[in-house]
Amino acid sequence: MSSLVLSTATRYLLPVLLMFSVFLLIRGHNEPGGGFVGGLTAAAAFALFAIASGVERARQMLWFHPRTLLGTGLLFAAGAGLLAVTAGSPYMTGLWTSFEMPAVGKLGTPLVFDVGVYLVVVGMVLMIVLELAEE
Amino acid sequence: MHLIVLLPILIPLFTAAACLLLWKQPALQRVLSVTGAVAILVAGLRLLSTAAQGEIISVQLGNWPAPFGITVVADLLSSIMVAIVGMIGLAVAVYALFGIDRRRQSFGFHAFLHALLMGVCGAFLTGDLFNLYVWFEVMLIASFVLVALGGEKTQLEGAIKYVTLNLISSALFLAAVGVLYSTVGTLNMADLARSLSSADVRSVLSVAGGILLIAFGIKAAVFPLFFWLPASYHTPPAAISAVMAGLLTKVGVYAMLRIFSLLFAYDFAYVQPVFLAVAGATMVTGVLGAAAQTGFRRILSFHIISQIGYMIMGLAIFTPLALAGTVFYLVHNILAKTSLFLVAGIAQRFTGSDELRHLGGLYRERLWLTILFLVPALSLAGIPPLSGFWAKFALIRASMEAGHYLLIVVAFSVGLLTLYSMTKIWGEAFWKEKPAERPVPDKLDAREIRWMVLPSLALAAMSIILGVGAEPFFLLAYATAEQLLNPNQYINAVLGDT
Repeated sequence: MSSLVLSTATRYLLPVLLMFSVFLLIRGHNEPGGGFVGGLTAAAAFALFAIASGVERARQMLWFHPRTLLGTGLLFAAGAGLLAVTAGSPYMTGLWTSFEMPAVGKLGTPLVFDVGVYLVVVGMVLMIVLELAEE
Repeated sequence: MHLIVLLPILIPLFTAAACLLLWKQPALQRVLSVTGAVAILVAGLRLLSTAAQGEIISVQLGNWPAPFGITVVADLLSSIMVAIVGMIGLAVAVYALFGIDRRRQSFGFHAFLHALLMGVCGAFLTGDLFNLYVWFEVMLIASFVLVALGGEKTQLEGAIKYVTLNLISSALFLAAVGVLYSTVGTLNMADLARSLSSADVRSVLSVAGGILLIAFGIKAAVFPLFFWLPASYHTPPAAISAVMAGLLTKVGVYAMLRIFSLLFAYDFAYVQPVFLAVAGATMVTGVLGAAAQTGFRRILSFHIISQIGYMIMGLAIFTPLALAGTVFYLVHNILAKTSLFLVAGIAQRFTGSDELRHLGGLYRERLWLTILFLVPALSLAGIPPLSGFWAKFALIRASMEAGHYLLIVVAFSVGLLTLYSMTKIWGEAFWKEKPAERPVPDKLDAREIRWMVLPSLALAAMSIILGVGAEPFFLLAYATAEQLLNPNQYINAVLGDT
């Protein structure tokens, strides 16, 4: 059931969707968005690719197994909170650098946490979607 | 810093995440799993030694002040429970090395075991009602996967019943959280307690209390909400049913203890008759249900219910001695019950079956296993000098002082019937001649059996220590009860130092 229209469109949509997901992740820092929706968008992009070109190629494209993304994300999210402890504040306290990045704003541990959430969501959703698509 | 309060949650989280990353290396996962469990136990004991000095430690996550952020707080009750989780976690992690087949281990058993431990520790340590709900969900998801892991037909059947009834409980819990939040405007337990004791919205709150009672009642498997438990607990392998039997229903009891002593203590007289009736009915139905069963672990599952009745009995009487009895009973029961499930697993390994008619002849073949069964079984029935005796003694004494004579009669007769059930297992599984036909068990390796026996032995030894040297433990339980009856200490610890 491969469709030329879908696979051609996906070729262009995939990078755009992925960039959009990163945009959502970074924007969520100060405005609506964040790791969760960003992760969902990225997962949707890969799911679309899996529909258009098959699960096998989607797994190759993803490079990592979704489970690895999930585990890494958990470590990022939980580890981000630990950084505050080493600085002597309660767990999960946001630490901020004074470095101001254009379009992102101040960098800090909440961004690391959000990246973790992003990875967890991508990993979790793709683990389910790709598994079901293979059935 | 106060990281010590968070370690029992963070250690299993990191262990589970690392197990996910090492999915393809089961050998490393096994090492990690046991190391992680040791770390939880050490953290739990450290926490307990701090809390035993009467200090209540609270941490405001993210440094957001108390009623707004999420509070994690460890008083005596929480610390005792966390320390016990550490013990059970370690026992089961070691037992699982050879007690869980390789296929299940390579499908994430260790990761989900630690996810479950994280959920349980989180539920014990959180100081926020919504957060408690979240931990309940973490526990539910992890335990659902564990029950279904392996995908045998009976397992899936048990898992569906388990998850359906527990989801109803979660929905009710969430509804009660909504009612509380809409009337009081806070979900921090300490803040709720402070507002509730002064507010004049109590009629609405009795509704919330009632819903919470049902929600936690399902979790704790009290009469008449226990049906999911005997339908599911005997289906997964012994190590999994042991950790669930040991810990999960007790989280429901813990939640009742915490919520009703902290939030609804002001009109406890209002709910007391309900608690008294539930306690009695739970004890009786559990033990009668057990009498009709013919599977080793099925009998034990029904006994969990009747034991929960005793814990509710202490809460229902609501005097310092009764609450101390409940706390002591919780600890005793977690140890004894887990240990019995582990023994059932070993027996199943020897005979290839969990059905009593297939068992038999174990006394002649394996004397040590018989002793390993006898200690927690007699302890459960309340034979002195084992731990169960002191637990029941405290509850019955408290009940006598409070004048609930009917409950005393019930508690005594249920104790006798428990003994009857244990003798039934004894007679069928150990004493009777080896039956002629019996399924052929898997090949056994002496080393494997040793690793399975070690944790059961350790838990049985703990049960004896808890019984013979009961005094320091009981004093600790008494201090816990006094802390529960004076919620101001808890409230100040959470809201005071912000």
